[in-house]
Parts: sequence; structure tokens; C-alpha cells
Amino acid sequence: MRAPDLHLGRLLAVARKETLQLRRDPRSLAMAFMLPLGLLLFFGYAISWDLRRLPIAVRDEDGTAASRSFVAALEGSDFFQVAERLDSRAEVGRGLQDGTVRAVLLIPRGFSRDLRAGRRAPVQLLLDGSDANTATIMMNYADAIAARWSQQVVLRGQQPPGLVTAESRVWYNPTLASRQMIVPGLIAVIMSIIAAMLTALTIAREWERGTMEQLAATPVHRLEVVFGKLLPYLAIGFFDVFVSVVLGILLFGVPLRGNVLLLAGMTLLFLLGALGLGIFISAALKSQVLATQVALVVTYLPALLLSSFIFDLRAMPAALQAISQIVPARYYIAVTRGIFLKGVGVQVLWVQGLSMIIFAAVGIGAATAAFRKRISA
Amino acid sequence: MDRARILALVRKERRQLLRDPKSKRFMFAAPVLQLLLFGYAATTDVNRVPTGVVDHDQTQQSRALTDALTAGDYFRIVLRSDRSGDLGRALDGGKIMLGMEIPAGFAADINAGRGARVQVLVDGSNSNTATVAQGYAGRIVQQFGLREARRLGVSLDRGVDLRTRAWYNPSLTSRAYNVPAVVGLLLLLMALLLTALSVVREREVGTLEQLMVSPVTPGELILGKTIPVAIITLIDLLLVVTVAVLWFHIPLRGSILALLLASSLYILASLGLGLFISTISRTQQEAFMTMFLLLLPFIILSGFLYPIMTMPAFFQHLTVLNPVRWFLVMVRDIFLKGAGIGDILLPLLVLGLMAVAVFGAAAARFRRTLG
Repeated sequence: MRAPDLHLGRLLAVARKETLQLRRDPRSLAMAFMLPLGLLLFFGYAISWDLRRLPIAVRDEDGTAASRSFVAALEGSDFFQVAERLDSRAEVGRGLQDGTVRAVLLIPRGFSRDLRAGRRAPVQLLLDGSDANTATIMMNYADAIAARWSQQVVLRGQQPPGLVTAESRVWYNPTLASRQMIVPGLIAVIMSIIAAMLTALTIAREWERGTMEQLAATPVHRLEVVFGKLLPYLAIGFFDVFVSVVLGILLFGVPLRGNVLLLAGMTLLFLLGALGLGIFISAALKSQVLATQVALVVTYLPALLLSSFIFDLRAMPAALQAISQIVPARYYIAVTRGIFLKGVGVQVLWVQGLSMIIFAAVGIGAATAAFRKRISA
Repeated sequence: MDRARILALVRKERRQLLRDPKSKRFMFAAPVLQLLLFGYAATTDVNRVPTGVVDHDQTQQSRALTDALTAGDYFRIVLRSDRSGDLGRALDGGKIMLGMEIPAGFAADINAGRGARVQVLVDGSNSNTATVAQGYAGRIVQQFGLREARRLGVSLDRGVDLRTRAWYNPSLTSRAYNVPAVVGLLLLLMALLLTALSVVREREVGTLEQLMVSPVTPGELILGKTIPVAIITLIDLLLVVTVAVLWFHIPLRGSILALLLASSLYILASLGLGLFISTISRTQQEAFMTMFLLLLPFIILSGFLYPIMTMPAFFQHLTVLNPVRWFLVMVRDIFLKGAGIGDILLPLLVLGLMAVAVFGAAAARFRRTLG
């Protein structure tokens, strides 16, 4: 096989043509620049996963100072809020059914008597288990509060002998603020989605408008076309990431602990892959409608769901973890979180870097190959 | 409105939609495949957490604590070491999510009746997983302490005995909550994909002029475009619900009639939205971008990925405008809480109004374009 005779001038000419075309479409251009930042601003504020003041109902059948103190301890945690006091047991199910409360606390008669007698005093907590995640966190919190209250009230604060305590320390995000996790992830998700959107139509459009034959008649090499088309979008994507990072630091207060240059390099690799994927879809499908449908399906939900943005990949079945290897957002999220929050360097992130290089090479290679087939057909 | 004309349009649309075998496969296989993928992906269950243990004590007790940690399937030990620095490196590299360090003298402290401490390090970069994992680890250590105290003959069996029971989902698997939500997203995606480009495509290809000179009215055209897609999306609904129930074993406790009614209204609202996007866009690319743009708020402000109650108040109010939010409330209540039509009257009404509003807006836009 003859090595392609690449020419930088021709490549730049294709890039200039694509830029001109973009400039003539101000709405698309505005979207390419403004959309990612708008989305980051909007969702950076909208999304929060910090559970506070969950509404619970209380049925206190004991009605003593001890039972009231226990309820106050739950409420004092700022995690639960008593939204309703029930007059009878018959009402217990209603609040859970219609969703007005997340849990019902039932303190039976004899609570304080049991405590005074030195017995275990049973208390029931009924959770709305339909949202399993919130329910699990409620359960853990309630347990911890009950244990602490027991120790304080019943044991009068003495450190009981032999009791083992766990001293927890949270790294990277000591207050467990969800925004610290969300903003770096959001940058990666938004950029994956935007990248596919930007390039998914470029080659299919040439086909539908009939300009492909013109392009084919010129001496331009197909690799020059693909890179030429990539270049303007690469610049836009880079600008978007740069402003997003600045916003993340200044507006949302996310610490940037790692190396900025490393972030820039990784961003370049990621954008090459994500944009290349869009061009491949566009070249392979030839039709704008089908290209949009496929681009939407293969980028949107995978970027949200198979990237550890919310659902931790490590909790998924092995087969799914294997499939997620072809989702570029997955690597880039590890990069943004790693550099922003953990401050790690190449010695940790080289795996992601290598994966993204492979992804970009395969994506651009496949786009070039798909492009040739069409022209010869 | 002329029945024959509508039927002719429906036939034309159907032929156009199903002509390409590639898109036929796409329409019916994509939702099922996606549900299979994302049904597994959408889990917030925290189990088999990769864990590292550094045991400086190396006694029977320290090993018993390590065993207790892994007994419940919540934690899985992937790293054992005797150097503290290894935990930090493994956390940095993402190899472990939680590390426990048992200090030297741990067993001696317990046996001497002094309080013993262990250190737990948690990777906070995913705040939700970290919260849950930290809670589990704390509980396991606490239980271990109670057992040790009992062994030493110290009674700690006093205080509150909190017995928790989870209704609707006793084993607290998040899949039961998330799979019905994925069903909702996939329906929206199909409905938008099949309609958002429909009108604008006719305009770009130039066939809209042909339709304009025919006696077809805007209302008829909209019906003709909606009916075939509605049928396809309903078939998709039946397919994905079957997969949810038979493959993922999500209990369908409520009335099937309620599910059908809720889904039909939701599909109508989504189709109307797609048509509206199509009528306000000049090119397919614009329609596509608008769809891309709208989908993200629809997904993020729906209560699927993040609970609505934790959003700032302004965004909570904004979710009222989101059809996905209303559908998710219904579909989760129907699946898990066994809701019937009577329990979901408000969301049904809201979705119905939304469907009417978007169809009205699409028809009005359309009339202006054609006129």
C-alpha cells in the first residue's frame, strides 16, 4: 500500500471551507459556543445530591421525655425533618403511599420503661424503599443516630469498654458535597454530547446536498478531509472546555488540584476521539436523519449512564464494564475527576490517556475508511 | 377532516418509516437493546466495593474484623498490605474505593477494655457511593464492637433497638426504581427521534410544497404524521415493559390499564413535542440540535438521576413543566407501589394538558407555515 501523500495546505483549505460554512450558520455557531457553557451553568446549579431534611412521620405511642428526646435527636441531625405526627397506627401507610413522607418512625408504648430497665427498647422505622438509594442512606443515618443517642443518654456518655469505633476520613471531597463530584463529571458528559452533535452531520450533509462529488473530484486526500473537518470543531471544543474549567473553579468552587497542562493534553485526546466518532457515524450512514438517530443513541445515554457520571461503573456487571470501554466519556470523566479532585498525574492517568489515543485512532481511521468506500461506490 | 385523506397520509408515513430495513431494525431493536444495557447500568446499589486493608496488628481480632467487613458482600478486598502508604496510592489510582487501617495494638486495646479505633479512608469523588459505603463500614465496625464487648462479658444490650423495614422494595435494590425510569427515557427518545425531523425533512427535501398544494389540511397532516409513530412507540412500550418484567424481574404491582393510559398520554405529549420542534426548525440540523438541547434538561430534571427533592427550590418548580418527571412518578408508583388510575389522577391530568398544549402549538405553527 502506498503511503498517503498528505499535504498540510490542502488540509487547511478543507478546514477553512468548513469554518466558512460554520460562520454562515450563526445559529449553529452560537450553539456550539454557548450551549456547553449554558448547560454547565444550568446543571451546575440544578443538580445536587445532598440529602437534607427528609420528611418523616412520627407515631409516638410512648409520649415520654425519652421518646421525645429520641425524635429530637433524629431531627437535630438536619437529615430528617418531622413533617407529620400521626394520631393512629392506621395512618402509617398513607404518607408512604402518596409520597409525602420518606419514612415513618414508630415508637411503641413502653419505650422509656425498657430503657430504664436496661433492656433494648425496640423502635420501628418504616422506609419508602422504592428509591433504594435514598432509603439505604436513611437507614445508615438512622442507625448511626440511634447508636449515638443510646450511648449519650443511656450510658451517660461513658465510653463503653471494648467498643470499637471507626474514624472515617473522606479524601478528595471531605464534606461529601455532591457538586464537587458533579461539576467535573458534567464537563465530560456535556463535551461528549456536544462533540457528537457537532460532527455527526458534517459528511452526511455533503452527501445530501450533492457537494460530495465536488469534494471527490478535487485532489484532496480523504485523511485530509477528515482532519480538515475535525480542526474547526477541535478549536471550538477546546474553547468550550477551557471556559467550563474556569467556570468550575471560579463559580462552583471546585478545586483544581492537578496539572493544567495534563488536563489540556488529555482534553485534546478526548476531543479527537469524540469528534472522530461523530465523523465516522456521518460518513458511514450518509443520511442526515439516520446519522442523527444513531449519534443520539450511541452518545447520549451511554455518556450519562456508562461513564461513572452517576452510576459507578465498578458496581456494574463485568460484561457491562467491558462494553463501557468503548464510551469515551468514561475515560474523560476519570481524567477530569482525577485532575480536579484527586490531583493525580500521568502515573495514574496514563491508562486513560492510552485508551483515548486508541479510541481516537480507531475512530478517525474508521471514518477515513468509511469515507473511501462511499466515494468508490 | 377527511378520514380517507388521513388514512392515505398514514399509509405514506408508514411506508416512509419502514422502507429502510436499517431504520426498521433500529426502531424495534434499539429500545430493547438499550434497556438491557442501561437496566444493568442504572444501579446505585453499593456492593462489592473494592476495598484495601492495612493490618498492622495481625491478630485474631484484627483478622476477625477484616472478615466481618467482607461477610455481607458489601466489600471485596482487593488489596492487603502492611504499609499505610499503599492505601493512599490505591485510592489515587481508583483501585479501591475504601481503605481500612487497623493500628498495632488493636487487639490489646480491646482486651484491656480500652476503646479501640480503626481508620477508614473513603474516596469522596463519588459523593453518593462514598456516603453509602462509609455508612456500611461504620455499621460493620459498630456491630463488631458489640460482639467483642459481649465476648468480654460487658453488656451493651441497652439503648434503642432500631428495626428498619423497607416497604415496596424490601431488599432495597435500586434496579426496581431505575428500570421503570429507563423505560420512560427510551420512549421519549424514540418519540422525539421519529417526529422531530419529520416535517422539517419534507421542507428540506422539497416535498412540503407538494403537500401544500394538495387538499390536505394542517390538522390532517399532523394526524397522519402522528398515528404511525404513535403505533410504533406503543409497540416499543410493550416490548420494553415485557423485558423489564420478564428479564429484570421488576414487579408490576399496579394496574396494567393505568400503565397503558399513563404511557399513552406520555407518548402523545412526547410526539407533540417532537412535531413542535420540527415545525419551529428550518433545517434538519436545527431540529436535531434543538432536540439534543432539550433532552438534557428533560433527563436531568426528571428525578431519574438525582432526586428532585434535593434540587434548589427554583429547579424543583421548573420540573413541573417536564413531562418526563410526571411520567416517572406514575410509572414508579404503578410498578412498585401498586398504584391504580385513582392514585395518579393529578399526573395524568397534567400530562393530558401538556399533550393538548404541544399539539395545539404545533398545529398553530404549522398552519402559519402552510398559510
